[in-house]
Amino acid sequence: MDNIAGKKSSLTWAVHISVAVLVFLWMFPTVGLLVSSFRSADQISGSGWWKALFPQEQNVMIRTAGPALQQQIDGAYVIEGNLFEQDDLPIGTVSVWGTSSRDINAYKPGDTADLGEDGQLTIAENGDYTLLKTTEFSGSRGERVFLTAKTPPTFTLQNYKTVLFSGQATDKMGKAFLNTFTVTIPATVIPILIAAFAAYALAWMDFPGRALLIAAVVALLVVPLQLALIPLLSFHGAVVEATIAFLGTPDPDNLRRFATVNGLGRLLGFEPGEAVSSKGYLGVWMAHTGFGLPLAIYLLRNYMVGLPKDIIENARVDGATEFQIFTKIILPLSFPALASFAIFQFLWTWNDLLVALVFLIDSSGDTTVMTRQIVELLGTRGGNWEILATAAFVSIAVPLTVFFFMQKYLVRGLLAGSVK
Amino acid sequence: MHPAVQGLLTIAIGVSACIGYFYFSNVILDKVIFPARGKHAGRNINRANLIRPWLFLFPAIAALGLYLAYPVVETLRLSLTDRDMGGAFIGFENYRKMSIDPKFWEAMRNNALWLLVVPAASTAMGLLVAQLTDRIRWGAIAKSLIFMPMAISFVGAAVIWKLVYDARPLGTEQIGILNAILVALGGEPHTFLTLPFWNNFFLMVVLIWIQTGFAMVILSAALRGVPEETIEAAIVDGANPFQIFFKIKIPQIMGTIVVVWTTITITVLKVFDIVFAMTNGQWETQVLANYMYDKLFRANDWGVGSAAAMVIMLLVTPILVWNVYNARKEMK
Repeated sequence: MDNIAGKKSSLTWAVHISVAVLVFLWMFPTVGLLVSSFRSADQISGSGWWKALFPQEQNVMIRTAGPALQQQIDGAYVIEGNLFEQDDLPIGTVSVWGTSSRDINAYKPGDTADLGEDGQLTIAENGDYTLLKTTEFSGSRGERVFLTAKTPPTFTLQNYKTVLFSGQATDKMGKAFLNTFTVTIPATVIPILIAAFAAYALAWMDFPGRALLIAAVVALLVVPLQLALIPLLSFHGAVVEATIAFLGTPDPDNLRRFATVNGLGRLLGFEPGEAVSSKGYLGVWMAHTGFGLPLAIYLLRNYMVGLPKDIIENARVDGATEFQIFTKIILPLSFPALASFAIFQFLWTWNDLLVALVFLIDSSGDTTVMTRQIVELLGTRGGNWEILATAAFVSIAVPLTVFFFMQKYLVRGLLAGSVK
Repeated sequence: MHPAVQGLLTIAIGVSACIGYFYFSNVILDKVIFPARGKHAGRNINRANLIRPWLFLFPAIAALGLYLAYPVVETLRLSLTDRDMGGAFIGFENYRKMSIDPKFWEAMRNNALWLLVVPAASTAMGLLVAQLTDRIRWGAIAKSLIFMPMAISFVGAAVIWKLVYDARPLGTEQIGILNAILVALGGEPHTFLTLPFWNNFFLMVVLIWIQTGFAMVILSAALRGVPEETIEAAIVDGANPFQIFFKIKIPQIMGTIVVVWTTITITVLKVFDIVFAMTNGQWETQVLANYMYDKLFRANDWGVGSAAAMVIMLLVTPILVWNVYNARKEMK
């Protein structure tokens, strides 16, 4: 340690404070989104989210109950109630109030305002009011009261209900949530399996060209997937066209539409006139598999090379086949590396936008994923922060949970994965 | 069929197909083609062992070849041809067209800015946090919190920071913290994301915020690997904490710093989502990856789009070569 000579560093306090400041800065934006997702639209536009954690002073206009609720007590007519309950506001404390919009600070809590022929109004600090008059109240509406009140922080789950369950066309988050899972799970599992076998071959089998293949994997690690978009989209299109030609005859005007369907095609549920999109889950799973493989092979190979040589050679001597060695010894021992890559791939596919845009989401929009949906919301509902914040938080919640529970493996993977 | 069911089915089919492939290809190799019995048993075992690596590697090589290697070649071909002329070879025409597009040069300039600022800032911040948190008891928690943005998608981060940069007209309550501070100090609110030139930096902040955690994790491990004796010797010689940090520790972890720097550089070259979600390249914030997306899918110009993709590839190539060189050196 730096203060090994036994003297306490005078910088210790400075260090504590600077770390606290840095953590605060780093957390602040995310917390803002989280807090905003629990506030109503009015609250969000009414005040900054950082004020939501403390009681707020706000000005509201509330009406007392109407004459329908009047009671006759001791010869006088009385309307009683609580102003906050009346308006479904959280119970707060009244600091000042008035009965005219021009003079909203006229009275203190406990004061009685003389409203002339409308009677006398008393408002207590907790919002209880009494409207008193000697003659009967008439009309249909209550008295207007202008309150300046301190209301405690209030939060609502309404945004989450709206975003996930309202089923409105613009708020397809619930569906997108499921779709994202549908993309993510196969796109995480398949590359692990393929990569594990390849990594074992590269780590423990001797064959010509091995060094070259490892170099190729390292090279492919950094190839930008941007290059793959158009070639692969064309390739997926060609696969669709070949499938249609195999299962029937294509429409001469559109090679991706069935003109007729043969027996096998009918068995698989295709109908004449049906168009097949080159975009879809299969394509996105394949794409994620291809793009994830270099890192998977690299991570797993580096880990497997470090496994003790004795175990593997003993097993070979005992007559185990390579396949048995792989499944019974290598795979279980490589669990930490497998977990590291699984987390990487999960986070990457869950958070991905570009691959989904290009390979998955067709014009129908049925297969939209959350990242795409949020970008859509940014465009169409840029001002509706309650929807935007909630949608974003729904999509962030899953990776954050994974992150906090499996951070150990993530860190381990990062350390192994950065090319040394 | 619901896509989720379809997904589960695909996992089941895909996983069993993979396992089936590996298992049966091995069985066929060992039992049918080169059986380890009869008079050629020894020779057969050797032959089977020559072929087996390729059985294990085949799916991976096929996927890598098709999804990463082939596209590089194909994109190069597309960038030299014209789609409207039936794919005729037109030499460097697409590159010429791109070079007279002001938007391309705007993207190049912005990418250069990103390349200068983001890797440097993330690495420096990561180093700072790594060094500071190593010395305190609650360092692990602090690290974990600063590392957290790594788990957040670029799109999620875009929303988070849009709220930070949000602007309301003067006189109404500001709900973006930056403008709230500005107004509280007596300034005027700004719409930060539409402020040409400076808005680039506001976008960069988002990536720095995300990448600092990455840099911190790697550098923190490297700092802990610095041999105690060197630090002890420096203390005995009367070095102060700053001298220890800059003169003893930094030189010893220089290799790791370079790795972090290049890794973030690659991320920067590919940055797409942040710009796409926050400004979509408007107000002079275009970057190469988004420019390419624009050309490919909005203007439907595959030639220029592919040319832009090749420019990104070209910029990545030095790092690619360097990585391969290092990996090979390490294996020897």
